[in-house]
Amino acid sequence: MTELTVAFTLNGRPCEVRTAAHRTLLEILRDDLGAMEVKEGCGEGVCGTCTVLLDGEPVSSCLVLAPRAAGCRVTTVRGLGDGDRLHPLQEAFVTQGGVQCGFCIPGMIVTAYAFLRDHPAASREEIRRAIAGNLCRCTGYTKIIDAIASAAPGRGGGAPGAAGG
Amino acid sequence: MTVPFDYRAPATLADALALLRDHGEEAKPLAGGQSLVPLLALRLARPAVLVDLNRLDELRAIRREGDALVVGALVRHRALERGDGVLAACPLLQEAAALIGNVRVRTLGTIGGSLAHADPAAEWPAVVRALDGVVLVRGPAGDRAIPAGDFFVGALVTALRPGELIVGVRLPVLGPGAGGAVEEFSRRAGDFAIVAAVAVVELAPDGTVARARVSLAGAGSIPQRLPETEAALAGRRPDPETLRGAASRASAIEPEGDAHASAAYRRHLARVLTARALARAAAVAARRGAA
Repeated sequence: MTELTVAFTLNGRPCEVRTAAHRTLLEILRDDLGAMEVKEGCGEGVCGTCTVLLDGEPVSSCLVLAPRAAGCRVTTVRGLGDGDRLHPLQEAFVTQGGVQCGFCIPGMIVTAYAFLRDHPAASREEIRRAIAGNLCRCTGYTKIIDAIASAAPGRGGGAPGAAGG
Repeated sequence: MTVPFDYRAPATLADALALLRDHGEEAKPLAGGQSLVPLLALRLARPAVLVDLNRLDELRAIRREGDALVVGALVRHRALERGDGVLAACPLLQEAAALIGNVRVRTLGTIGGSLAHADPAAEWPAVVRALDGVVLVRGPAGDRAIPAGDFFVGALVTALRPGELIVGVRLPVLGPGAGGAVEEFSRRAGDFAIVAAVAVVELAPDGTVARARVSLAGAGSIPQRLPETEAALAGRRPDPETLRGAASRASAIEPEGDAHASAAYRRHLARVLTARALARAAAVAARRGAA
């Protein structure tokens, strides 16, 4: 078993963790760094609940082994807003009623954030495809898609600002 | 948390190969981790030593070599999907990459990892097979260039020998008058395809088919070509009736039924998806030829 020190930035804040190499980024975020906004769903990369941005791109944090995070920028849903001010996309989930139990929402928002950044004028159909890898087991996806569509900058929604991290 | 292992991250390909040689079957190479890490989490893989290849920048290059593109093993699906730079010449690769898993898999997963894993339903093996690509391998006995037709041996089994690593794959760049298309069916977005069809059509200047190639994923333990379908198209005009007739010969395949789909349903999908892929590939070829 290999132990190593992994340093990366979490939502813009430098951090350093001593860990076994066979632990996942998800475990480090929750158990070592207290980033409880990152949720564990299936643990096999299928459900999208644990999605975070690694150097700006969405990954399943349950499928990222600890050493892979070294030197990277890690962004969770908490890093999208500015302090106590919600990001417009988060705001949209509130105003559109996109949240039911809430468990899938951190991953859903992180995925949608990266997608809207790259596709600011996305259609509803494109949004549906973009979140196809994020499972919600409460309800239909209609209000979630409403929320994302209403926040798309190219569709008149609030522009995603620069994410922390 | 997965099973504990010794973790090594060699800085050079030579070091990686030495580690694999020294640790033999105890060692497992890690590329993007989108197949291996779930297997580790499920305890289906229990390597004593994990050799992380992600520092090997030499495997990340993409270069044009005459009429071919050499794609490094560590090139990620996302880069192939975006299709920047020399990749812009290969729209078939962009189309195939966009169908892989979900965006998170595409961020980290690599083409070399997908070929080495050799899932019977995966996109890259079928694409490389349709293009008559060549898998470039390095190992204790030196370099080998393995044609796709010899590389895939069985479900999750390849011609790689102990200690060998995929370093890249050589794929022909389709010229003007040639086009490719991928059609696949899955029950849910992001699932592995139940069946996928990859078609490559090259048109002669007179508009007849100079050569057609079709391969299927999900229709057997390895990606398979459809020689009868391909032969039925040679020299013919790619009109809808001819394409449909050629595609109907895909019904000759003998897939296994499983929990996801019966053998009969896979045969049905093979025929329908082959027809769609051929029609689109022929349309792309005609458009590119006219441009």
